[in-house]
Amino acid sequence: MADEDEDIVLSELDDAELVQQMHDDLYDGLKEEIEEAVNILLERGWAPYDILTQALVEGMRIVGIDFRDGILFVPEVLLSANAMKAGMFILRPLLVETGAPKVGKMVIGTVKGDIHDIGKNLVGMMMEGAGFEVVDLGINNPVENYLDALEEHKPEILGMSALLTTTMPYMKVVVDTLKEKGIRDDYIVMVGGAPLNEEFADAVGADAYCRDAAVTVEMAKELIARRHNQRASGG
Amino acid sequence: MREQAQDRTLIIACGALAREIGSIIGRNGLSHLSLRCLPATLHNTPEKIPEAVRDAVRAARGNYGRVVVGYADCGTGGLLDKVCVEEGVERIPGPHCYAFFSGNKAFEAAGDDDMTSFYLTDFLVRQFETLVIRTLGLDRHPELRDMYFGNYEKVVYLAQTRNAELDRAAELAAEKLGLAYERRQVGLGDLAQFVNEVN
Repeated sequence: MADEDEDIVLSELDDAELVQQMHDDLYDGLKEEIEEAVNILLERGWAPYDILTQALVEGMRIVGIDFRDGILFVPEVLLSANAMKAGMFILRPLLVETGAPKVGKMVIGTVKGDIHDIGKNLVGMMMEGAGFEVVDLGINNPVENYLDALEEHKPEILGMSALLTTTMPYMKVVVDTLKEKGIRDDYIVMVGGAPLNEEFADAVGADAYCRDAAVTVEMAKELIARRHNQRASGG
Repeated sequence: MREQAQDRTLIIACGALAREIGSIIGRNGLSHLSLRCLPATLHNTPEKIPEAVRDAVRAARGNYGRVVVGYADCGTGGLLDKVCVEEGVERIPGPHCYAFFSGNKAFEAAGDDDMTSFYLTDFLVRQFETLVIRTLGLDRHPELRDMYFGNYEKVVYLAQTRNAELDRAAELAAEKLGLAYERRQVGLGDLAQFVNEVN
């Protein structure tokens, strides 16, 4: 995609062309172009939330599809994520100022003994892009960290990530502790990471196995909506 | 011919273990063992390992009296074990090759102490450029280094052999990743016992 873009002057594109170009630039992981385009749209009076959803999130959705289909690989996705992160960095304070809609809140962290955070960071970013407030606990989290964060931030969703076969069983420790404390059903528990699968998620007592960042966002929205409906109907 | 085949055992193993398993078979005169390796690159897509192993096990049936699996869990999250149970074959115990090369018990005992270590084996030192640098795209995009390795502190080379060239290459690998370096002579660990006891 990049070859034909060499002579494109972003500021000369109309809004629709520019958004399309941002999708292409995100796909190609062009961080500086994304920063420039975000600023152009802001200057043209776009609401930060519209830039986020129509340009950045939509662009990353396309990246996610091609990753799932084996067209893009991890390095390319990381470059795209870097570009989106740069755009988000500009938009984040503006989103707060303009009171962008909030879908829900998520506490997320990599479990104890595990320092891998690429997937977790991608999920956090995509969740934020989808309107969730994300509290990121970072890596190597013992159960106490999760409990403290749940108490402090009162999220709807708890997300746990692990990359290692040796660390993923710790998710069960966290879920079992929630059960012991009688607070398991207060949260939607979502788990993800390369060695995980549906069966494992069921076995540890999670509500959802998240295969990738895009799936996580969709599931999170669905589970939140389901919970609201249940509460509304008293179920 | 068929009777002879029934006396033989096939080890279906990860390509990353070909040299090591081959050397155990050769050194110990384990002539009843044959080795078939699947591509080491399957590790880039661990979710494909269980079915690749299943296919290889089924293809070997009838030609061998016994089939065993030279894979650890290898990031399959228990799915390889499920396949092994379904196909009635045994695999080398352990979560991954770093663990059985170190000795599974010792590896487990180390717990979180080695959490920030990035492991290399002889195979990975030899294939470092291809399987680490190029696969992760670091040759084209060195700026991704922090995303991949920002939380790591050191490269730990779990050496199977004593080889000055590999030592130097491992040290260079650590340097390239911007990490500290440690060499541990672990040899073949639990792999030797596993292969020697296959009958």
